[in-house]
Amino acid sequence: MSGHSDYPDRYSSGYPSAIKIVISGGFGVGKTTFIGSISEIEPLTTEAAMTERSIGVDDASLLDSKHTTTVALDFGRITLDPTLILYLFGTPGQDRFDFLWDDLTDGALGAVIVADTRRIEDCYPVLDYFEAHGTPFLVAVNTFDGADVFDLEEVREALGVNPSVPVLYCDARQRESVKEILAALIEQVLLQRQAGSFA
Amino acid sequence: MNDDGTRLPDPRMIPITRTKSWFDTSTQVDETEFDEDGGGRHELGNESADHNDEESGEDVFVRPFIVTGGRTRPLHDGLRIETLVVATATALTAQLHFEQRQIVQWCRTPISLAEIAALIGVPLGVARVLVADLYTDNLVQLREPQAVPEHVLERIRDLVRAL
Repeated sequence: MSGHSDYPDRYSSGYPSAIKIVISGGFGVGKTTFIGSISEIEPLTTEAAMTERSIGVDDASLLDSKHTTTVALDFGRITLDPTLILYLFGTPGQDRFDFLWDDLTDGALGAVIVADTRRIEDCYPVLDYFEAHGTPFLVAVNTFDGADVFDLEEVREALGVNPSVPVLYCDARQRESVKEILAALIEQVLLQRQAGSFA
Repeated sequence: MNDDGTRLPDPRMIPITRTKSWFDTSTQVDETEFDEDGGGRHELGNESADHNDEESGEDVFVRPFIVTGGRTRPLHDGLRIETLVVATATALTAQLHFEQRQIVQWCRTPISLAEIAALIGVPLGVARVLVADLYTDNLVQLREPQAVPEHVLERIRDLVRAL
């Protein structure tokens, strides 16, 4: 902790707190669109360099450009009120950047897994990841133009997720739809927490 | 100073990705305030850019930790991508290096580590080192994320619905 013990209850102190939600799914599934539909800023991109974890100063001379890979990280921001700032972080598509995924999911309130019914298998590794980490999540089935609309129960079966995990339709381009998904996710976090406290 | 509009502190750095709308909607930071003192570096950068013209293009070499003097390990652990950073009063008048001064200017209102990285155009790991240095010198305060109590969760849900 930062040692600022003069703020005992930060949620009523007037200083803002950051809340993090992760937006995940396969490559090109609409994560950035989802974030952009509701973010008060255009989705920003920052880079995480592959070198930053594994390579110490002494090793830097061994590096050449072939080993210096960066991975882009999209995110958006929603100021809910003066004390609460919600950040939406999109996961990078490449699953070899696992260390960055841990950075993203540690401390996250929950995750939205965006799924495309044309490539449903793309989100299997993502489901595995969030299930293994115990992060509350829901699946948002992005309704693309021209894509066949599947019955949500069929999608759930194809995904093989627990019956308690919500599987919902979503139009990542529509602010209202994105809002509903986020509210449903927070509801899910609440339910999971309440269930946990009675178990 | 180069007049072609593409000014990077160093030709090997990742291009700055901040967007115009950021300036309009969020914080009112006067960009010119910290442009002047970075001028010397810009000239240096442009000189070497002239020599390396044939190398620019697709295969841009990125050596991200140049701004931290090669240090990859932050002096303060536990900085998360969503940790909020806010400048202290003394920071605004302190003598600082180019990137740190930029950070302090952006952090007049609390912003996350991820935003800092995006706004000054450096990778997250670099921003971590720079912010940790500022924190060690008492020039920024950190608001690290905490567990969210149930009543706050309910408030977040209601606020999201009301957006």
